[in-house]
Amino acid sequence: MKKHGAMPGKEKVTAMDVVQKGLARRYRRERWFRRMGLAAVLASIGFLGLLFVSIIGNGWSAFTQAEVLLDIDFAAAQFDVDNLARANYGALVKKSLQKLFPGVKDRRQKRKLYRLVSSGAAFILQKMVMQDTSLIGTSRRIWLPADDEVDMLLKGYISRSVPESQRRLTDRQIGWIDRLIADGRLKKRFNTTFFTAGDSREPELAGIRGAVAGSLLTMLVTLLLSFPVGVATAVYLEEFAPRNRWTDLIEVNINNLAAVPSIVFGLLGLAFFLGVLGLPRSSPLVGGLVLTLMTLPTIIIASRASLKSVPPSIREAALGIGASKMQVIVHHVLPLAMPGMMTGTIIGMAQALGETAPLLMIGMVAFIVDVPTGLTDPATVLPVQIYLWADAPERAFVERTAAAIMVLLAFLICMNGLAVYLRRKFERRW
Amino acid sequence: MLSKDACRAIVLLAVALAVSPAAAGQGRDYISIVGSSTVYPFATTVAEQFGKTTRFKTPKIESTGSGGGMKLFCAGLGIETPDITNASRRIKKSEYATCRKNGVREITEVKIGYDGIVLANSKEAPRMNLSKRDIFLALAARVPAPDGGEKLVANPYRTWKEVDPALPDTRIEVLGPPPTSGTRDAFVELAMQGGCSTFAWIKTLKKTDKARFKGICHTIREDGAYIEAGENDNLIVQKLEANPRALGIFGFSFLDQNGDRIQGSLVDGEAPTFENIASGSYPVSRPLFFYIKDAHVGVIPGMREYVAEFTSDRAWGEDGYLADKGLIPMSAGERQRYAADAAALKPLILDDAGN
Repeated sequence: MKKHGAMPGKEKVTAMDVVQKGLARRYRRERWFRRMGLAAVLASIGFLGLLFVSIIGNGWSAFTQAEVLLDIDFAAAQFDVDNLARANYGALVKKSLQKLFPGVKDRRQKRKLYRLVSSGAAFILQKMVMQDTSLIGTSRRIWLPADDEVDMLLKGYISRSVPESQRRLTDRQIGWIDRLIADGRLKKRFNTTFFTAGDSREPELAGIRGAVAGSLLTMLVTLLLSFPVGVATAVYLEEFAPRNRWTDLIEVNINNLAAVPSIVFGLLGLAFFLGVLGLPRSSPLVGGLVLTLMTLPTIIIASRASLKSVPPSIREAALGIGASKMQVIVHHVLPLAMPGMMTGTIIGMAQALGETAPLLMIGMVAFIVDVPTGLTDPATVLPVQIYLWADAPERAFVERTAAAIMVLLAFLICMNGLAVYLRRKFERRW
Repeated sequence: MLSKDACRAIVLLAVALAVSPAAAGQGRDYISIVGSSTVYPFATTVAEQFGKTTRFKTPKIESTGSGGGMKLFCAGLGIETPDITNASRRIKKSEYATCRKNGVREITEVKIGYDGIVLANSKEAPRMNLSKRDIFLALAARVPAPDGGEKLVANPYRTWKEVDPALPDTRIEVLGPPPTSGTRDAFVELAMQGGCSTFAWIKTLKKTDKARFKGICHTIREDGAYIEAGENDNLIVQKLEANPRALGIFGFSFLDQNGDRIQGSLVDGEAPTFENIASGSYPVSRPLFFYIKDAHVGVIPGMREYVAEFTSDRAWGEDGYLADKGLIPMSAGERQRYAADAAALKPLILDDAGN
């Protein structure tokens, strides 16, 4: 490409020529740069997709659960009106199974037959009768949870083709199961237990409600403590504090704390909250306090950044019309900085929600069946529940572990989504 | 945007929260249990049953490991300390001394049954038939020189066939628990030490130079043949499936649950089956215990009843629900004796606690 200069016949290299010459190369480079960026994004999405596929692939089956339809005869003779808890509810289940399979006489075989129904079935019947005494004397058809082995067979996790000695269900038991399926008495149904029950050692009775309640209580404490303290710290450091060696020291420390491994906060919690203050072990209160320490630096840093982004003209204008320093901050700066602060808080909370390491030290890694109702009740949290289930030998816990991870991911996505929404909705650009 | 009132409410709540613990923490109406992760699946099963069938609350059970549990248990008396600790080994003399020093004078020991430690591999590979000597030679860091001399060399064995010509010609690759695990302790003590005692000159060391004896028998090789696979036994089972050449070390309950995918190796000719472990003929099994803080009985509601539930035949008996979870029951006589001792809260005497 030539540019015609003033002097014909002689070529003169102008700056434009240099630019034109390099243009193709520069475009090529830019294309490559963009492609690399895109490839990085695609790779991360790929990994994320892999994670999701493996977790959802493992976990979706936990949302159904094998249940058996049994005719339970609440014969009046068995119940003592004064002491309903004393009645033999297990016998009700056994009797109805016997009616279905009258051919099973041998004691060992009978035990094998009874084992098809969850050991929790008796407690479910007990609860039903305690709640509604009018059941006594009637006969009802009730869906009761099947044993986890039956559940695994129905879901195809136990292979029928391996020799009998190598599986936990005998050929005879599988025969009974097939009969129940043929009669429409054994089906996979939606697993409500998973959402309404606390932890259990029986996979078919285990649920995440206790862990979710524990997580919510812990998060409540964390939020109520870390948000006001974090915001107040940020406001003081940003708006009031003089710039000197002390505030520099504080700033360095805050940034440092944000990077400290979380287990350290657990050790601190063990030494101080449990050791010195004598707060109850395994309680959401202590868990929340420890997680507060962990999230505070995140919140302070995010809050300071968002205070900094409020233009000085706002402050000056308010001061100019006679507002006091406090009025400037409370009426103008804080409302404008709030979306950023809330985003930082939510991200800090999401981080805290997924934390297990510090909770190990303060006794929240524990088997807790009762759903916690107060801040001092023993409790565990969702990620700890996942950790505990991952370690259980029963195969049915594998899918429940994955399902619990799905629930945790759903919570995290909601929280991070809320953070994005708040930012979009309230963010102001100057 | 927060209004002033909302701000004030939050601050008030925060203050209330910070102050409220002073009122909390008085009295505890549930049993607090800590200890071994091996006993955890059994203790939790009993706790759940106990919570459902009695008027008491379900005990809280932390999985802290045997050593960690002892430390908490022996920290002193009072509601902030645990009432019961589970252990996959007996209480050590040093731990017993700590307990006494901190005022925990009377503790009752209850043996609950046995746990077998298995070496298993994938069903796709042939089943291994190992002796304890094979295990020691394959896994120790230093072994007696293959020429038969009384000196040690760094473990030269790469394949099982080199260890014993009868074994298959596959690389030695064993996935096992890390040193923090009680399973590892028991494995080292029962299988490795058993194998290394088959060398007469090492065995005599036990009396003359115990430290050296332990150093030889208890040190596992670190050249890649033994792979520390973490505390999660499920993970080891999965890895065995993916790699049929590897062997894994874990508790019997995981073999019990995964009998369709993995097979337990024979040790000294004995298969790791429920019956063989119960009868004591399978050599790599260990007793499991829990310890009761006697001073808390009567203070914390339900302790006697919990112990009664655990030591009832419907729990730890041959057909009990714990056997279902993989616990190997004791003989009827032993069960009776331990149940009686537990009910009477017979205190453990220092000299009893050997090792």
